[in-house]
Amino acid sequence: MAHAPATTATASATSVWDGGSSPLGVSYGKLMMWIFLLSDAFTFSGLLITYGLVRSQHPAFVGDHDAFTFSTQYWPVPEKVFEAVPFLHGVPMPLVFVGLMTFILIMSSVTMVLAVEAGHRMDRKAVEKWMLWTILGGITFLSCQAWEWTHFIVGTDVPTMKNVFNHATGIWEQIPIIGANLHVNQYGPQDFADFFFFITGFHGFHVFSGVLLNFLIYFNTVTGLYERRGHYEMVEKVGLYWHFVDLVWVFVFTFYYLV
Amino acid sequence: MAGHAEEPQVVVLPPNKEKIKKLWTVAGILGAVTVAEFGVAFTLHSGPLKTAIFVVMTIVKAAYIVGEFMHLRHEVKVLMWSIIIPMAFVVWMLVAFVYEGMQMSQINFLNH
Repeated sequence: MAHAPATTATASATSVWDGGSSPLGVSYGKLMMWIFLLSDAFTFSGLLITYGLVRSQHPAFVGDHDAFTFSTQYWPVPEKVFEAVPFLHGVPMPLVFVGLMTFILIMSSVTMVLAVEAGHRMDRKAVEKWMLWTILGGITFLSCQAWEWTHFIVGTDVPTMKNVFNHATGIWEQIPIIGANLHVNQYGPQDFADFFFFITGFHGFHVFSGVLLNFLIYFNTVTGLYERRGHYEMVEKVGLYWHFVDLVWVFVFTFYYLV
Repeated sequence: MAGHAEEPQVVVLPPNKEKIKKLWTVAGILGAVTVAEFGVAFTLHSGPLKTAIFVVMTIVKAAYIVGEFMHLRHEVKVLMWSIIIPMAFVVWMLVAFVYEGMQMSQINFLNH
């Protein structure tokens, strides 16, 4: 193959169109990951834009902040919805639990970037250590989310009254609602619960996929695959995905929980 | 497997202290901005000012995550703009739809 023509896979490094150069100065895999993440960002943007449109259509709660009660007539104040913390039933701690979740995800992003740094140095032991911390952070976040969803679905102690038209009797009735799902929602308009499940659910699914990918990377590191390959670029590529998941949470945290 | 004749020799470099320190600095900034967000959440009443502060803080956090953790700030400029410009249009779309929703609310909920 010493005299192979330049059009085969063994093209010389100077041949631009046969893989001899890297457009945009990154490897093929990293560029594809960036393009995937851009398209994934469009999907999340679609959810957040729809949420923004629907939310701004609904009336906001007006009046004294402390006098807030749940009603299906106006959009709820988020910090009044998300104020529960495990083992502290009945103690209002607005946004504390979701703040803890944010902190966990940021920390797992830091450990991921430390794994990438260790990969650059071919330090297998350090990559293993930081990947394990990243996986642990991801699992902790998912566990927190499972608790939060359970609490959201089960509901509070006090039911919210909702006006419902009874077709049999032809009169409006007040029915008590506890908890939330895709049919009823005690915290506010139905759309509030629907967007909660769709946005945090779609993000949670990304975290779940990320944990699986991180485990795969950890497994391949332990078996020495990347060491034999001579580089740890897979850690960087999956790292990009993991940071993206953290990035999306930053936006969800602001637009769903804070604003 | 260790010591096998066909195993390549791996040279492990020492930790890049300067780089690691920089990463922890970014982590500290992200943590500090999140704490500041909590401060704002419990001191200001909801309104355009509060929303604007949250949006600015979120963009700061996003810039650090994308720029430093995802390394985009240190990539080729064309790659950086290929990501930022499409997202800028998406942000425009978000602003437009939120404004649209506010206009629609004046029709939908006029009788409430």
